[in-house]
Amino acid sequence: MLPKKLQAMNFAASESSVAPTLSRRGFLISAAATATGLAIGYQVLGAKASAGAAGGPLSPFASYVEISEDGVVTVLSSQFEMGQGAYHGLATLVVEELGANWDQVTVRGVSANNDLYGNLAWGGVAQGSGGSTSMATSWDRYRKAGAAAREMLIAAAAQSWGVPAAEISVKEGVVSHASGRSAGFGALVKAAASQPVPTDIALKAPSEWTEIGSESTKRYDRVGKTNGAQDFTIDVKLPGMLTAVMIHPPKFGATVAGFDAAEAKQIAGVHDVIAIPRGVAVVAKDMWTALKARDLVTVSWDESQAETRGIDEIFTEYRALAEQAPTAMARNDGDAAAAIGAAETVLEATYEFPFLAHAALEPLNAIAHRDADGVLNIYGGHQIPDLYHYIVSQVTETPMEQIRMVIMKTGGGFGRRAVGDGDVVAEAAMIARAIGYAAPVKVQWTRENDMRGGRYRPAYVHKMRAGLDKDGKLVGFENHIVGQSIVAGTPFEGLIQNGIDQTSVEGASNQPYAIPNVAVGLTTTDVKVPVLWWRAVGSTHTAYAVETFMDEIIEATGGDPVQYRLDLLKDHPRHAGVLKLAAEKAGYGKKALPEGHYHGVSVHESFASYVAEIAEVSVEGGEVVVHKVTAAVDVGTAINPDTIKAQVEGGVGFGLGSVLQEDLTLTQGAVDQGNYDSYMPLRIDQMPEIDVHIVESDAPPTGIGEPGLPPIGPAVANAVYRATGTRVRILPFAKGMVA
Amino acid sequence: MEHVLKINGQEHRVDVDPDQPLLWAIRDAVGLTGTKYGCGVAQCGACTVHLNGVPVRSCQTFVEDAVGAEITTIEGIGDKVATAVQEAWADLDVPQCGYCQSGQIMSAAALLSETPKPTDADIDSAMSGNLCRCATYQRIRGAIHEAAKRLEA
Repeated sequence: MLPKKLQAMNFAASESSVAPTLSRRGFLISAAATATGLAIGYQVLGAKASAGAAGGPLSPFASYVEISEDGVVTVLSSQFEMGQGAYHGLATLVVEELGANWDQVTVRGVSANNDLYGNLAWGGVAQGSGGSTSMATSWDRYRKAGAAAREMLIAAAAQSWGVPAAEISVKEGVVSHASGRSAGFGALVKAAASQPVPTDIALKAPSEWTEIGSESTKRYDRVGKTNGAQDFTIDVKLPGMLTAVMIHPPKFGATVAGFDAAEAKQIAGVHDVIAIPRGVAVVAKDMWTALKARDLVTVSWDESQAETRGIDEIFTEYRALAEQAPTAMARNDGDAAAAIGAAETVLEATYEFPFLAHAALEPLNAIAHRDADGVLNIYGGHQIPDLYHYIVSQVTETPMEQIRMVIMKTGGGFGRRAVGDGDVVAEAAMIARAIGYAAPVKVQWTRENDMRGGRYRPAYVHKMRAGLDKDGKLVGFENHIVGQSIVAGTPFEGLIQNGIDQTSVEGASNQPYAIPNVAVGLTTTDVKVPVLWWRAVGSTHTAYAVETFMDEIIEATGGDPVQYRLDLLKDHPRHAGVLKLAAEKAGYGKKALPEGHYHGVSVHESFASYVAEIAEVSVEGGEVVVHKVTAAVDVGTAINPDTIKAQVEGGVGFGLGSVLQEDLTLTQGAVDQGNYDSYMPLRIDQMPEIDVHIVESDAPPTGIGEPGLPPIGPAVANAVYRATGTRVRILPFAKGMVA
Repeated sequence: MEHVLKINGQEHRVDVDPDQPLLWAIRDAVGLTGTKYGCGVAQCGACTVHLNGVPVRSCQTFVEDAVGAEITTIEGIGDKVATAVQEAWADLDVPQCGYCQSGQIMSAAALLSETPKPTDADIDSAMSGNLCRCATYQRIRGAIHEAAKRLEA
């Protein structure tokens, strides 16, 4: 998922020549520092906003809400649905203000109009979903759209019935007047759409909300996800559609030197076997035919530019770098080195975090179909649709306005569908072009393609030092982070400021504890393994390092893990608030735990949401068993409490799998894992009971797709220490418990 | 080679290799897409269907071995147990992305047909072959218990 502070994007085609392979410079997203912050060049893609022809206010019906004459309300979503509930969240805002009935509501993804759909949490510079921003960007925008649509329906009814608008009300999809007259939305929408667009839109007061904050609202899309009806990209059927499977380079940075497909082409149903810049594509009438043929293709690779190091060599280099001075500083309060140098007690620890795969259940895919009108339709899980739109235009030499992005819900994302080079989307476009647009073509990665296709959570090493003075007071804290930049060399590299990729240090550079001397440094490494944001991004490792090292410090001072943190969080009431609530609900320090069970504590802010988690853990025969996790979250206004709970449950499960056993390794540059037998996300028999509590708040809403994840690793690790006396500093636990 | 597959009570003639996985015959030849591909090696359970009432991974079942069997997919389960499972799934808002849920429901319905009052341990054992990357497991457990309760009533 994208960082919250995506300040700047510029997809402008700066080069007049359009290369069939992609020129990165063509869609560089740039940020220029100015006195006031970041000033940005951004060129809107595709059709311009339809903001009133005469410059008047924007009609909600042309932008955010469609109502059909049979009464179906379609929310047009700027935000991407990957399971986190963004579609339902936006629909909730519209239903609340519009007064619709949930049974008439659906949601569709839209794009190609940045004025309408640019992410306001990123300054509106680009459309995209990431950094848990979907509700923040939509909060006012979609409530206002719903309210404007309601007022226009009322105005149409008032006109038609000859009654004052003020006497008309809207509830559960029915527009009605005290006289007994009533109508559905469908009957009124034609007249409503031509009403003047209200300029001064009054939103409901919180006391009037029936949907926002409702515990009983269920997701609008739940039934289709229990009967097989929900379609994903893999399920799209188009007449005559071909299926392509890919042979990717065995090492990152290798390229196709040559291939022999003679035997494969003998298979009935094989359409073609072609080389594209990203590998070799086997195109056939269906998936099984393509897979069978793929086995018969031999490819020779040019590995002269490939990454050939194994994971051990990479970590050896990182460990050495961690002992040297950082190449850039992300934070420098006071003089940490001097304070630690003069300290009575010095603590040191080195942490190692592996590469991690997103491993979403729906392997990556995309479909390209040039239709009879010459429009190139691109179906897929388009998390950054305008960027992919641009990439398709570049690789196919097709004008932007002849490309239509069809945004599908995706079978899990976790950040993997927001990638700077568009990977599988680019492949679909390249293959369609290579076969002369003879038929619609779906590129479907196998699980092995997906696991070995790169774009991992980077591996990192953290070197931590802390100093306590003779009174046991924490006087200095150092954190040196070593690892790859997620954004360097991508369209997002404008996010690097003063040598610091924020996604490498977030969660460490802004750690909240009141310590007089704090230094957070970064050394960015050069490794050719492609990396990416992975659910909660920097906080996936920084929270672990900070919160487990803090536990060591607290132990050295003799303090209590909750009270000591609270003492250092006096200026951070929202951190303190969730920690207190989690401790209270878990019965921390009060409730007697079963024999051999221990509590571990962690609190962390990511993406402006605050989460504390208390894990109840035992270690049985060397195996870590997490019995229960009590979480408290502060996300400002809770729009869908049940979705918030679901996302914390999921974030805990996702994060727990990663710290317990997920480990993406390489041998001589080749990825060792190919499937779920060797790369192992959490399964049901490892899932703890999770009890989620939401802090009541009237602050603007923030997100919860990611923030539930970071505290779980350190909470469990801190409990494991209490159970075993072992500080786990090498992840995953499967490795670190025995190291 | 032509085979007759009986899926959800209806016969489908499909022209596929006998060793083609049933998964791809169901999805590509028959056109029922509720059954999902996730791993191809029986590690994720997204492709779970019932063969004569028994849950199997269709990615590891050859078409020739399914000929003559009653094949049931997510689109075709409609008995009392399966309906209770689906309703409990919706009422507890189990799905997030939803991609694995067809397979989860097929496994859960089979569990409840065999074991009407499963314990948490029974659930963990029967469902541990079904991966959910969104980790909806707590609600899966809850929905299976809820369906069991409703079926008992």
